[in-house]
Amino acid sequence: MSKIDLIILIAMILTALWTVMARSLLRAAIGLALTSVIVSMMMYRLNAPLAAVFELSVCAGLISVIFITTISLTQPLTWSEIADHAKRRMRRFWLLPLLVIFTAILVLVSGVNFSLPLPSPEVEGNVRNVLWNLRPFDLLGQIIILLAGAYGVVILFREIKSK
Amino acid sequence: MIYLFVLLLLIIGLYCIFATFNLMRLLIGLELMIKAVTLLLINVGYSNGHLGLAQSLVITLIVIEVVIMVVGAGIILGLHSYHKSLNTKYIKLLKG
Repeated sequence: MSKIDLIILIAMILTALWTVMARSLLRAAIGLALTSVIVSMMMYRLNAPLAAVFELSVCAGLISVIFITTISLTQPLTWSEIADHAKRRMRRFWLLPLLVIFTAILVLVSGVNFSLPLPSPEVEGNVRNVLWNLRPFDLLGQIIILLAGAYGVVILFREIKSK
Repeated sequence: MIYLFVLLLLIIGLYCIFATFNLMRLLIGLELMIKAVTLLLINVGYSNGHLGLAQSLVITLIVIEVVIMVVGAGIILGLHSYHKSLNTKYIKLLKG
């Protein structure tokens, strides 16, 4: 693993910590988008450009828009209320950085080898071939789930409007 | 080495879900855990050479993730319009 990979992975953990520990929900949503961008960078480094593009456009773009829209529609706490609430939140979250550091040290010291015994490399064709020819049933599942999601959103918003 | 960071990301997401009372933060924790699984899939595909299969699985996972987030956000909006709060302590309609 090169130094760049290590820097990217450490940045990913730091942004994830910032996402979880940020005071305001808006900052948490932005932190999540940043984490997503860094994960997509790591995917690109791992020679998976198509998944990286999907991660970048959908997770960093679309889901951030959904989160920020929901946050603005639910009218969360004002800044003064957030400042009051922050001390109580920190009591629950101060343990998290310690837990992350402790787990990292524990795994590194105990010498647990996460590398799985893998078969010999057998590089497949491009991902389009796999997706369209080898796993068409996945696409059918995706279409069904998308339709179910769209139907669920229509039902939910109709209920909200009727109330 | 990437497996260690995937594990840390999973722990952060799990801790967020356990420690928070806010519904939006709960969704954010779930999203972080899904990101960890995504990275793990790509890394396994990279390690054993089946990167095409791993990428197609990740694309399926991302589509499902988006639907989960959209429906979750819709449920949160519905709960907020009824309870005027995102705090799970005050949402006691189905309790017990």
